[in-house]
Amino acid sequence: MAARRKITLDRRKVVANILKDRGDLLLVTGLGAPTWDAASVEDNPNNFYLWGGMGGAVLTGLGLALAQPQRRVLVLTGDGEMLMGVGGLATVAVQKPSNLAIGILDNQRYGETGMQETHTEHGVDLAAMASGAGFQTTSTVYNAAELKTAIPMLYNTPGPVFVDVKVTAEDQPMILPPRDGPTLKHRFRENLLGSI
Amino acid sequence: MVSKKSKTWHWSQDVHQLFKKIGIKQVAYVPDGGLAKLLERCQADKSMRSVVLTTEEEGVAQMAGAWLGGQRGVLLTQSGGVGNCINMLSMMQECRIPLLSLVSMRGEWGETFPWQVPMGQSTIPALEAAKVIVHHVDQAEKVPETVQAAAKLAFDANRAVAVVISQRISGSGSKG
Amino acid sequence: MARKKKTDWSKDVFKVLKKADVQQIAYVPDAGHTSLIKMAIADNVIKPVSLTSEQEGVAVLSGAWLGGEAGALLMQSSGVGNVINMLGMANECRFPLLMLVTMRGEWGEFNPWQVPMGQATEGVLEASGVIVHRVDEPSEIAETVEAAAKLAFEGGRMVAVLIGQRVVGFKDWTK
Repeated sequence: MAARRKITLDRRKVVANILKDRGDLLLVTGLGAPTWDAASVEDNPNNFYLWGGMGGAVLTGLGLALAQPQRRVLVLTGDGEMLMGVGGLATVAVQKPSNLAIGILDNQRYGETGMQETHTEHGVDLAAMASGAGFQTTSTVYNAAELKTAIPMLYNTPGPVFVDVKVTAEDQPMILPPRDGPTLKHRFRENLLGSI
Repeated sequence: MVSKKSKTWHWSQDVHQLFKKIGIKQVAYVPDGGLAKLLERCQADKSMRSVVLTTEEEGVAQMAGAWLGGQRGVLLTQSGGVGNCINMLSMMQECRIPLLSLVSMRGEWGETFPWQVPMGQSTIPALEAAKVIVHHVDQAEKVPETVQAAAKLAFDANRAVAVVISQRISGSGSKG
Repeated sequence: MARKKKTDWSKDVFKVLKKADVQQIAYVPDAGHTSLIKMAIADNVIKPVSLTSEQEGVAVLSGAWLGGEAGALLMQSSGVGNVINMLGMANECRFPLLMLVTMRGEWGEFNPWQVPMGQATEGVLEASGVIVHRVDEPSEIAETVEAAAKLAFEGGRMVAVLIGQRVVGFKDWTK
């Protein structure tokens, strides 16, 4: 079981930090708050926002990472979404994609349905699950110093990399990126491949 | 290549060749007996990346990611696995992302495991409810041409398509 | 006004579940089930089981029945898409199964990604052998759940009560 430490990080600041020098990073965001967080930084055609398919973010990232081995791929998702597809950690670990990183914005809550507690509130340790699955690089982040160490891992350490960032469950302003699926798909591919 | 008339012909060799021809680069699967020969060929093929899943819906998501990254993939599952995919398939529907899948049936023809029957019987209705176009094939010689047609529909017409391969062909689960 | 209605039907549904001797409530949280989940957690007898994915709930409640306890599975319509394979077990073994499903993608839905599964829910449940009762009036929810519970636990069937999005209301993004 994970040790209990104080959670103080603001998710918007965390994501702004993570994406500050993103370069040509390809980003997949899980449904709900991580999608709003990414949109709050900027709407970038290298972002594919999931508005559904709960449990599917990590594997979407894997398919993309395998298709684009020369590009760094980051999946940013929430603890509830990760838990719904937690077997995916095993699937990813076996494939050893060196260009894939997973970042969890872990507020220990199901944010879209009334802030009910998730399993991480009750001690489930996602980084330990990733490690158990075979991820060589994992980390749980509680403060700014630990985040500062973790961000370069997301970008540079040979993957797959897993970082669980504990963030507060405070309400944040709703910032909505485009939601139309075909639009998101077309513009991502057009930007990446020059064709849809 | 072995001709269809030969006793050693198996549909998997033609389908594997077809996959190469149309540029399939990712093969996602939860293993199934009925697709085992095809899987072996894909796993041995260095031009393809075979990804073993813990559950079939991971494969639907993976196919979406592959398409976003410009690669074609195929999802290989047993009929039971279809039941794990119904929610994830809504992403394919919403985003109009191509999906080519081969589904090996259980609970349909000569099944000896009773627990396979409910999901076997609901596989096609469940796929259709999820707006996946279903091509059911129950003769081995027709499998390659069906997969070829399905691939066109998937990748050229941007649809989710499932080639449902009858238990009559694989004989899985009908012994014992 | 809308919120008062929501809490009222949840209270009545909870009474019905207690009367049916439900002892386990499995759920993936959904806004529409918030009150019901809170009541389940607060109750001394009911064991609330928080799931990572809805299919776990079908398995948990089958196990509960083997152990002599009745249960209910609370989920959103999208979660129905995760249970279809596991339903095969409940179907095959004739396990009673009571599911309360709050609908998305059908009435004033703001999120396009919810629409496919919302539209497919009823058809896919019926294709899986589940008896479906739809309810769109708050005043009819409790009696529908009561009837569904009887059909499930005494009739030995899989039953789903679909609570229309019209009842639960849709999210107002303009706040």
